[in-house]
Amino acid sequence: MAKVRGAVVVDTEVCKGCNLCVVACPTQTLALNRNVNNKGYHYSYMENPENCTGCTNCAAVCPDSCITVYRAKFEN
Amino acid sequence: MSEVADRIKEIIKPENLVYAKSPVLNDDIMHYCPGCSHGVVHRLIAEVIEEMGIQEQTIGISPVGCAVFAYNYIDIDWQEAAHGRAPAVATGIKRVMPDKYVFTYQGDGDLAAIGTAETFHAVNRGENIVMIFINNAIYGMTGGQMAPTTLVGQVTATTPNGRDVDLNGYPLRITELLAQLPGAAFVTRQSVQNPAAVRKTKKAIRKAFEIQAMKKGTAFVEVVSTCSSGWKLSPVESNKWMEENMFPQYPLGDLKDSSRADADLYRIKG
Repeated sequence: MAKVRGAVVVDTEVCKGCNLCVVACPTQTLALNRNVNNKGYHYSYMENPENCTGCTNCAAVCPDSCITVYRAKFEN
Repeated sequence: MSEVADRIKEIIKPENLVYAKSPVLNDDIMHYCPGCSHGVVHRLIAEVIEEMGIQEQTIGISPVGCAVFAYNYIDIDWQEAAHGRAPAVATGIKRVMPDKYVFTYQGDGDLAAIGTAETFHAVNRGENIVMIFINNAIYGMTGGQMAPTTLVGQVTATTPNGRDVDLNGYPLRITELLAQLPGAAFVTRQSVQNPAAVRKTKKAIRKAFEIQAMKKGTAFVEVVSTCSSGWKLSPVESNKWMEENMFPQYPLGDLKDSSRADADLYRIKG
């Protein structure tokens, strides 16, 4: 069965760690990193990358437009 | 773990791209606080401009308030207006260049307080402009003072015991008032707290720009927004507070959807 897989790329220096994408993610893919960026914000990252379906919900709510989403179909 | 990393590498390719930042947005990092609704609305405006292919024909009027620097973020022509006077400036620009898309971007302090006269008369004249109104029920930039749209009982810097009706009056639902005016073509109230709301707001902004192209009258889009710094809550808690407290006072939905009223209705008889 073909499975849809996604991946999120966060521009970590632009991210302000507002947590809105983490809440908006329906598959618990995203979380805030323990590390901080140069501005001291806990940036968002893919904690569970295998969950991502590429639904773009995180990008829709991101106030800083720092999220890029990719989606692909796999056969297995 | 390396298998997952390999798969991610396989997915991240240009042909699999489903969402990327609009090229109409500049690379400047926004000065807004984390989780601010301004960023989302800026992005939606940029996406609508990109989709309609009107980057070269759009002129924005930025307000006084947090969004004063909107011209740093959206890559179109901008004019900064005096406090509250964005609809007046937009009127002038639209009348001199009627083929351009002109929109104002204002907060509640700009549009509903100092600029109430300009707002009402621009809409009453039925100017062919788009007005985007960010209502977060507080003066965000100056440090969280009471705004006309502040809810009854809401604690702000100038109402430390909550807004008192006897002393401060009632919250101003300016969007409902504007919907009564014959010049208004499209009046709607939206929000951006979750993905579904964001997509609805984008559709409303797109519709507003299309109404301007059809010269039907003023298109007014209110976006009920959060101000996590002013409300002293986290961005996620702010969204929840907004849903619980703002939405009963500022219900979402279209308030008016028609073209400008016929002048014959208002003409003196005889």
